[in-house]
Amino acid sequence: MFVSLDLLLNAIVAGLLLGGFYAAVTLGITISFGMLDIANIAQPAFILLGSYAAYTLNSNWGIDPILVGVAMLPVFFVIGMAVYRLYYYAFERRGEQAIQGLAFFFGLLFVGEVSLVLVFGVDYRFVEASYIGPSLHFWTIDLPLRMLIPCLVSLLMVALLQVYLTHSFIGRAILAVSQDGLALQLMAASPIRIKQIAFGISTATCALAGTFLIIIQPVEPSIGRDYIGRIFAICVLGGMTSFPGMVAAAMLIGIVESITATFYGPSWAPAVAFGFLLITLAVRPAGLLGR
Amino acid sequence: MRTGTFWLVLIAVGIVLLVLSRALVLNEYFYFAAYVVLQYIVLSTAWNILGGYTGYTNFGTAAFFALGAYTAVVLHKTTAVPLPLMIVAGGAVSGIVGLGMGYLTLRLRGVFFAIATLAMAIVVQTLIVNWDYVGGSRGIYIIRPQQAPLVGSYIQYLYSLMLIMAVLSVGIARTIERSRLGLGFAAIRDDEQAAEAGGVPTLRLKLIATTLSGAMMGMAGAPLPYYVTYLDPASSFNLAYAVNSVAMPVIGGMTSWIGPVIGAVLLGTIQQIATVTISSALNLLIVGLLLIFFVIIAPNGIVGLVQELRRLGEGGRRAKAPAPNVKAKAG
Repeated sequence: MFVSLDLLLNAIVAGLLLGGFYAAVTLGITISFGMLDIANIAQPAFILLGSYAAYTLNSNWGIDPILVGVAMLPVFFVIGMAVYRLYYYAFERRGEQAIQGLAFFFGLLFVGEVSLVLVFGVDYRFVEASYIGPSLHFWTIDLPLRMLIPCLVSLLMVALLQVYLTHSFIGRAILAVSQDGLALQLMAASPIRIKQIAFGISTATCALAGTFLIIIQPVEPSIGRDYIGRIFAICVLGGMTSFPGMVAAAMLIGIVESITATFYGPSWAPAVAFGFLLITLAVRPAGLLGR
Repeated sequence: MRTGTFWLVLIAVGIVLLVLSRALVLNEYFYFAAYVVLQYIVLSTAWNILGGYTGYTNFGTAAFFALGAYTAVVLHKTTAVPLPLMIVAGGAVSGIVGLGMGYLTLRLRGVFFAIATLAMAIVVQTLIVNWDYVGGSRGIYIIRPQQAPLVGSYIQYLYSLMLIMAVLSVGIARTIERSRLGLGFAAIRDDEQAAEAGGVPTLRLKLIATTLSGAMMGMAGAPLPYYVTYLDPASSFNLAYAVNSVAMPVIGGMTSWIGPVIGAVLLGTIQQIATVTISSALNLLIVGLLLIFFVIIAPNGIVGLVQELRRLGEGGRRAKAPAPNVKAKAG
């Protein structure tokens, strides 16, 4: 096959932009699964909830979707804390995290999806904003603003959280609980409270990730499923707990998916993430930048 | 009950059900509804062999199920083999994929295994979507033969086949439960490392569990093209199959063969009634909510609840007249 340089360069740039968005989607899982050891496979349901919140406010009052995402952060934070409370009382306290906990989140994923179908139907929904449509051009490379803005805001969000985790008291406590919960307890801090806040943050990121999703592409309720394999692949590939590793892994998967979609057709792209997940688990379970 | 006796009773129940429904039920819709409930008995029993006995959560039921269905489609297009042979072939294909999944357990345990199975379902779906010979994403129409091989309509024939599969799978599950194989599975579920150290051939047992479970799911899927007459990836890989096959054993009880059966009959019937009387989206919501409810309130399912009640009842009686062997049991 003849590979033109233009096409390849554009695919790589599109992949980088896509990767920035994937970083936002995976951020919550890196916190909940990587740091807290809670396999929240209902994450895509929360992301879609964010998308539909943006859709509702945008289509009714014309509010900018990213603004909606920022405004929804506290709401999602509280939802996340409530879900963790339930999870803690029902499973973690009894020491029955394994199958029961997974089944719980699986049920949550399904209930979320079906509820969205009941409320919004199965039609594709989209938002309107001034930056959806136009794109920048450099030489032969296209930079659609629809991809660029989510990517930049997402990287900003990751950077802010990284600073928060390493420099604030609560943030360092979250890192501590991910390393050793018992030791934290001996330092007279309650791991449950810290975990509750951390899980709240992980859910809050879904508010923004959801608005990015609906800016990038039209959304319907079952679309979230495609992201399960992808986000866990990125999380594992990125070394579970490291944000820089996660961003690198997200960019890598973004580029590979984009190249696959350009040269082989978009219907093959979903298989890429899983291939990566398997290879990572088999060859290097510690991830790209893992310890 | 001895395993042999159990098989005899089970087969007798199957024959009675078959004869009774043939003699009493004239409404065709009964067979359409009963087929789905029986199909879920097979799926949830199959899931439970891996999930309940061995402790490995499989979220990829839909992949095995749909692979069975698409095997039948390929055979339908290429040859004219009868449906029972297609079922065997569907079971073989899904069993081989199950064997592959078994090798995943070498590196992946617990949550990682569960996520891998979920992602695997998406990959298999991608393959089918890109395979034009079986209809790709557009789906494919299957023309049902006019005449059923036995007396009665074609749907009655499908119902009878599914009933036979349900009897077989329940029998297999119960046989495993009472055999050395079942003990080995339970050892893996409780502590895989200790089992390995104790001389249990864990890899071989896990491969048996994944292959058997996958094959049974594939067999349940093989008649699907003839049941729906139009097969497309979005509906045959539907997450509802995975959720149901997890929810039914969890709600019924995962440690015993009767759990998945109770769960499948209960949830399957509720869903059929809800589909007819309310809406098909709402019946899926019911399944999800019931799954969450049971997993929080009664983690051992209905079977666990009944056992607990019985233990409480026995405890009450013992307190009045302490039995002499209580101490021996405690020690």
